[in-house]
Amino acid sequence: MTLRKIKEFFIEKLILLCGLASIFFVLLIFIFLLKEGVSVLKSVSLGKFLFGSKWYPISDPPQLGILPLILGSLLVTFGAAVISIPIGVGCAVYIAEVAPAKLKEILKAGIELLAAIPSVVLGFIGMVTLVPWVKNIFHLPTGLTALSGSIMLAFMAMPTIVSIAEDALYSVPKSYKEGALALGATQWQAIWRVMLPAASSGILAAVMLGIGRVIGETMAVMMITGNAAVLPHSILQPVRTLTATIAAEMGEAVVGSEHYFALFAIGIVLFIISFGINVTADIFLHKRK
Amino acid sequence: MKKLCTLLVALLATQMASAAPNMLQIKGSDTMVNLAQSWSETFMETNPKDFISVTGGGSGTGLSALISGTCDIAMSSRDIKKKEIELAEKKGIKPFEIKVALDGLAVVVSPKNPVSKLTLEQLADIFTGKITNWKQLGGHDGQIVLLSREVNSGTHVYFKEHVLRKNNPSGTEEFAPSALMLSSSQAIADEIKGNANAIGYYGMGYVSKNQKAISIAKDANSPYEAPTIENVISGKYPISRPMYLYTNGEPKGLVKKFVDFDLSKQGQEIVVKTDFVPVNPITK
Repeated sequence: MTLRKIKEFFIEKLILLCGLASIFFVLLIFIFLLKEGVSVLKSVSLGKFLFGSKWYPISDPPQLGILPLILGSLLVTFGAAVISIPIGVGCAVYIAEVAPAKLKEILKAGIELLAAIPSVVLGFIGMVTLVPWVKNIFHLPTGLTALSGSIMLAFMAMPTIVSIAEDALYSVPKSYKEGALALGATQWQAIWRVMLPAASSGILAAVMLGIGRVIGETMAVMMITGNAAVLPHSILQPVRTLTATIAAEMGEAVVGSEHYFALFAIGIVLFIISFGINVTADIFLHKRK
Repeated sequence: MKKLCTLLVALLATQMASAAPNMLQIKGSDTMVNLAQSWSETFMETNPKDFISVTGGGSGTGLSALISGTCDIAMSSRDIKKKEIELAEKKGIKPFEIKVALDGLAVVVSPKNPVSKLTLEQLADIFTGKITNWKQLGGHDGQIVLLSREVNSGTHVYFKEHVLRKNNPSGTEEFAPSALMLSSSQAIADEIKGNANAIGYYGMGYVSKNQKAISIAKDANSPYEAPTIENVISGKYPISRPMYLYTNGEPKGLVKKFVDFDLSKQGQEIVVKTDFVPVNPITK
């Protein structure tokens, strides 16, 4: 074997190792989560854990029902999706189809800048500006509500949605649009009837990834949603999310206690939810190809 | 480049070698951070070779750090739990308790709120969700917004055990699920400032002119007492609690030096300056 071939062999194996490493780490993380989280079932049944409505982890005996937390997370995510999807997709359509080249660059840079703002900063801004505003507009007892969280998280989902959706629109062959225009369609008709359907799977993937970003977000949510573990009846109520619960309580949990295991079990629930979202996004992305 | 690297490594090594023996890590109760910070600043002024770092995070965080051996002293605004002692023993650590100060827990509302005195019974009813409108307490018509600290806070635990459950160890009262859990005393202070319907609690050191501290009576027949240093010392103010430092075994070396300083006259004067209540009577 020549030196060249040996070199080639080693580099190839090294790259293979790098590729396997990421899978290996995901597996390790999952096994660790599972090992720690499943122990919670020793003290509470699966049904009671998932559907119990009381979360009092440090009482004796602890009440470990995470339904309010799941619903809190879903409500905030749903609100953020309702706000960010139309704006995000609209923005992507404008950038990909309508905007003149110069404006396009400025808008793209702006979106990237939005993605670069740390979530704790967004949370802080939300706390001093958005929260009092929500309180006054809706005449609420407090502005620390699911709605405040949704609005702030919509800002965080937007960059993901815009850049992936724009990418999807961009990769639709030019001939589609040209054909539609040649047949006498207006610009808007071409976008609505031809471009959007052609890019639909990519746009759906963008939406799913945006939602994935929202449901895993912690810091901003913890600062502005009030963190009250109630079963939410409306979006104008304080809620406590899965992520905020882990972040707020992990420091206190005595290692090896039921509370500690319950927090890991919440981690599993979160892992499953975001895994599901990512797989759905992946399916849409592959359908496109 | 290589030279620079070796230089850096050498520098780091000498730094670590010289710093390690005089380093003290203190961690725990957010309520006590300011106090411990003032102590350590004064302490380091007189002992410039020693270095003390103070971080917050909550009493539970501090105690877990002590148990896992990542800090030398844990600050706690509650007693150590049985479970924590067991866990510590398993890891070969013997928590040693030192009472260093007292703290009055102030119950605060916005200065715009007309209610200014409550009984312990009323407080318990408010925070468990039995009383939901200020009207029921002689205030304006408005839904009460409950503000609480997160469960990692010693203040949260103390308030639950001593106000909600009225010192009854087998009590089952809980904070109303609708109570907002805020991550710091400052966050509660900020929300109170802008919200006339909110009520919260925290160490009396955090009360400013933007909040009004409620006077509290043990029961309807007792006098209402404001959270002042005199009332806490005399025991008239009903919600006060001890502040502890926990060390691994009896303090030795630098830990002992620091703890002794905290309990000295100078240390206890700092306690008063940071709005806590001294444990050792200061001879004036």
